[in-house]
Amino acid sequence: MSGIGLTMRQVRYENRAFWRNPAAAFFTFVFPLLFMVIFNVVFAAGSADAGRFFTPAIIVFAVVTATYTNLSMTVTVARDEGILKRLRGTPLPAASYLVARMIHAALVALLLVVIVAAFGAIAYDVPIPWDALPAMLVTLVVAAAAFCALGLALTIAIPNADAAPAIVNATILPLFFVSNVFIPIDNAPQWLDALSSIFPVRHFADAMLRIYDAARVGSAFSALDLGVIGLWGVIGLILALRFFSWEPRR
Amino acid sequence: MTAIEVRGLRKSYGQVEAVRGIDLFVAAGEVFALLGPNGAGKTTTIEVLEGFRRRDAGDVSVLGFDPARQAGPMRERIGIVLQSTGISPYLTVRETVAMFAGYYPHPRDVDEVVRLVGLDEQQDRRIGKLSGGQRRRVDLAVALAGDPELLFLDEPTTGFDPSARRQAWELVRSLAGLGKTVVLTTHYMDEAQALADRVAVISGGRIVAHGTPATLGARDAATSSVHFSLPDGAELPDRFGGRRTSGRYELETSEPTRLLHELTTWALSADIELAALEVIRPSLEDVYLALTGEAEAA
Repeated sequence: MSGIGLTMRQVRYENRAFWRNPAAAFFTFVFPLLFMVIFNVVFAAGSADAGRFFTPAIIVFAVVTATYTNLSMTVTVARDEGILKRLRGTPLPAASYLVARMIHAALVALLLVVIVAAFGAIAYDVPIPWDALPAMLVTLVVAAAAFCALGLALTIAIPNADAAPAIVNATILPLFFVSNVFIPIDNAPQWLDALSSIFPVRHFADAMLRIYDAARVGSAFSALDLGVIGLWGVIGLILALRFFSWEPRR
Repeated sequence: MTAIEVRGLRKSYGQVEAVRGIDLFVAAGEVFALLGPNGAGKTTTIEVLEGFRRRDAGDVSVLGFDPARQAGPMRERIGIVLQSTGISPYLTVRETVAMFAGYYPHPRDVDEVVRLVGLDEQQDRRIGKLSGGQRRRVDLAVALAGDPELLFLDEPTTGFDPSARRQAWELVRSLAGLGKTVVLTTHYMDEAQALADRVAVISGGRIVAHGTPATLGARDAATSSVHFSLPDGAELPDRFGGRRTSGRYELETSEPTRLLHELTTWALSADIELAALEVIRPSLEDVYLALTGEAEAA
């Protein structure tokens, strides 16, 4: 079988295993909606502005969680349990397995985007930006791929599965707070604005906000944002290819 | 036909020399056991052969491949059962075997593999719902899915209860019956004795003995002892020598046939019954403990 055939076959098995753990699957999908409702209630009690901000913001949160957070944690667990080592002992190419994991995480992320966008449209009257659909799809695919690669790269820094939640959250939660995701960054000091602009979460959020901005002038594509996200993805991919470990670290 | 050839294999972890110059030869179709205590270098050796670890020195050929440089094509023809058993709990037995079979160019029929390991009744059950012994069978099924010529079993029965061990042994024998070459590691002497055509005893990173289970450690030439009791009043002639402890005689000999003949000839002519007569040869366990220097500890 070709590399692509093996990869797509592996995606199907990953998907089957994913849905056989209904509790995990349920909360993967409910978690972002929960955040969306809470933020809308806490900030500005359902004003149209809050809805317009938090719909794209929670799309960003959902995609990053489904790719970066989910992949780095589950791959670390699979590594600790010896699942990765067992696969390494078969002729399945390493890339087929890792790309399959990335594709599956990205598909879950895209399904989440559909759910969040629909929820925003129904509950908060935030129209789905059909006019910017090509820009939205490109942005989502680039971001999902980049955050998958970064998630795999992060496993290099995680010594064992017990340490995974702490390390993963420490790398991503602060960024959600300073990157126009949990809180609008308009009133933040300039240095914080500059600092958060180094990281890909901020650029993903800015790109999605632009796509959702009905009053935007010019193209819905933001080349700078896509470039920064893509660059981080490439760095993550290079690190993952170079240092990824198939065996428990202990 | 040679399945595995190893010359001068060395492997260190930092300052620790785990394997210090090992030579091995495994013929195609034989069951070969690497026997030794924990920490002797068994797993390091087998993981170098499987391509999981890089060797520091030595020549290694597995089915004609160098595991350090040709792991890809080599892995199409080998099956591996590791000590640790990570596997997705959410797929069924059949799905799992089918998934692994798909990685190989010439897989074995999935139903046949499931039947071979005796899991046909559990084939639609999820891995997470299986007992420990059944899960170990899944490990074996997964290793067999690609119809390998050579199978590595790293401590296949560690932690098994006696009946599960017997079942596992039957399985390994049936694999040998299929013409597979099997390389297993174990720290149970009886396991090596029961399964292996040839055994290498490894201790402190070196092979300290090798041979068939029967000849291992030159057991054939080793001293046997003849034990018996005499009725009250009977005296053993001095020419036999030996020790007497609590009414029982123990004679050491390297020629048990000759000694028995002389002894029974004397006993018959004197009309004496040699009660509880037995010839005791050192067990593989005695040899093993002596070889691995654990005799005092035991």
